[in-house]
Amino acid sequence: MSSVNSAHSVVEPGAMSKRIAASIVIAYAVITMIPLVWIFMTSFKSPPDSISYPPKIMFQPTLEGYCNLFTTRTRQTSEYIASLGTPTSTCDETTRSRNMVIAGPSNYWPRFKNSLLIAFGSTFLAVSLGTLAAYGFSRFRVPLADDLLFFILSTRMMPPIAVAIPIYLMYRQLGLSDTALGMILLYTAVNVSLAVWLLKGFIDEIPREYEEAAMIDGYTRMQAFFKVVLPQATTGIAATAIFCLIFAWNEYAFAVLLTSGEAQTAPPFIPTIIGEGGQDWPAVAAATTIFLVPILVFTILLRKQLLRGITFGAVRK
Amino acid sequence: MAEIRIENLRKEFGAFVAVEDSSFVVRDGEFLALLGPSGCGKTTTLRMIAGLELPTSGRIFLGGEDVTLNRARERDIAFVFQLFALYPHMNVRKNIGFPLVAQGVSKAEIRSRVEETARLLQINNILDRSVSGLAGGDRQRVALGRAIVRRPKCFLMDEPLGTLDAEFRDLMVRELRELHNRIHATTVYVTHDQLEAMAMADKIAVMNHGIIEQFGTPQEIYNRPATMYVADFIGSPPMNFLRFRSSLQKGVRSVSVDGVAIAVPEVHQDMAEGELALGVRPEDIRFSDASALRGAVYGSEYHGTNQIVAVEMGNGLVKARVPADQNFQIGETVGLELNHSKLSLFDCASGRAVASSRYAEAHHG
Repeated sequence: MSSVNSAHSVVEPGAMSKRIAASIVIAYAVITMIPLVWIFMTSFKSPPDSISYPPKIMFQPTLEGYCNLFTTRTRQTSEYIASLGTPTSTCDETTRSRNMVIAGPSNYWPRFKNSLLIAFGSTFLAVSLGTLAAYGFSRFRVPLADDLLFFILSTRMMPPIAVAIPIYLMYRQLGLSDTALGMILLYTAVNVSLAVWLLKGFIDEIPREYEEAAMIDGYTRMQAFFKVVLPQATTGIAATAIFCLIFAWNEYAFAVLLTSGEAQTAPPFIPTIIGEGGQDWPAVAAATTIFLVPILVFTILLRKQLLRGITFGAVRK
Repeated sequence: MAEIRIENLRKEFGAFVAVEDSSFVVRDGEFLALLGPSGCGKTTTLRMIAGLELPTSGRIFLGGEDVTLNRARERDIAFVFQLFALYPHMNVRKNIGFPLVAQGVSKAEIRSRVEETARLLQINNILDRSVSGLAGGDRQRVALGRAIVRRPKCFLMDEPLGTLDAEFRDLMVRELRELHNRIHATTVYVTHDQLEAMAMADKIAVMNHGIIEQFGTPQEIYNRPATMYVADFIGSPPMNFLRFRSSLQKGVRSVSVDGVAIAVPEVHQDMAEGELALGVRPEDIRFSDASALRGAVYGSEYHGTNQIVAVEMGNGLVKARVPADQNFQIGETVGLELNHSKLSLFDCASGRAVASSRYAEAHHG
């Protein structure tokens, strides 16, 4: 809109500074993207291509990594393989060309499902509890509110893994080791402090008048909370949910320590692929690529809220 | 509609006394303005009537029923907030109908009552708009609509015009008063703007530091201020005080200020020697060379139809409202003639008005 000659405009940066800023942003974005692109490329390489030196930029793409990720294979003699008849799928064919046959499905899909259940479950719990607690702290005269809030924050002052051993022992006693419930409770406990603090900020910004108006209009406080406060807190809730989800989704240390079978999540499973059949980097890259998808989709869907969550507190109305 | 009766209402926040033992009655259908500077306890009083705050002590009656401890939703009142508190995730229609949904009114009836209310406020053309795009005046009307639609026992309004610009304010003041004349709802209206209070209210309660300084009609408040605070708060420019030391006896009809005898309404009270103040409204001062009460012109403000001339007297500046066509030189000596029948006397120590024949009229009126 501004038609002012930009030479002396105080709000509009000059053309040169714009160009410099743009190049820095683009350079940064490219540098951050390189590892992701490399992982994506590797997932479509054949195992020899993936470890060739110098690294190959151009290569013949193959689905072998994905095949290997979702299957377990056994080595067979070429006579046996020849006796099998025509391959039933691309994967079958690729596997046979390596003198192997598919023995069954791998554990990746169950591990991935565990990740989904645990990450979304704990996010839902942390955000629900966080919203209620934040509302309480924001609206009521809670005795020792400041101390309680500080205490809640202080649970994040040490790395969670510092309490790994006591939690490991407690979980063994309680029978929570290697259960989805145990992992959901653990991630909820870690995330709830973040959720309370973030959401308290968002709820503080919603004027009390809305609930007061609703209560005068004949609603109970609970009804006012659900009908008036919650709809206005959706931005904050979405931003908080993403933060919680990213933590629970990526968490590795506790997952390694507390899950080994039934409830194992994807992060501790992925490195075990390396051990199974030599250094199968394409399979690892394929696992990682698939693992990135849910967070990517969730983040793209809620990117506006996420941005507001990050810059939260910086802009006041 | 119902009468609101407040008895010895008191609210403390820790050591701070926000409202100190207030008592007043708003009659059925009456429009009361709670007027005072920010922090005087007017909003706290309103919130206690609404049930948004619990009083520390005292009682609140709505239509004869003691509602002191009732929840807000059980009181059947409507509240218009300063920032309107329109629910941003609902459109105009849903906002206005929201209180009816709580009462379990049928959808068809909600529809007809919302539309009837909208017609009354002339906002039926914006019913399906989002509230976030509305102009200030329309937001105000929607907030009023939400209050009117449920036909409550009374309306409570907390500076509802505070955020509107001056031009719109005048319009809304007129609309609010017209609305009140039409539906005769008992109304308590909180404001810090004396013009709003004067223009709309049947009764005004002037509050200061949690105390109701005076409760009366706009005319009583303006003409017979009970305290120096009220005299100073109401009127623009406010009442002038000419301070002097003297004692007073019943029946006295003249006081001496700076050695000049000034006729006053008959005093009805004995006062021991002390500092007193003679209160005079700017419009009750005329310039007259014959007067012995003299001062030097300090400056003047031109207001179009009239001008406010400040005159430096022995005990401070006195402002007079005089016709705009008179010309004065700064520093020129002028004589001041006061409208004797409209003077007030105050005891400076207590700040209270001294009883006089002028004030006695109030009790008969």
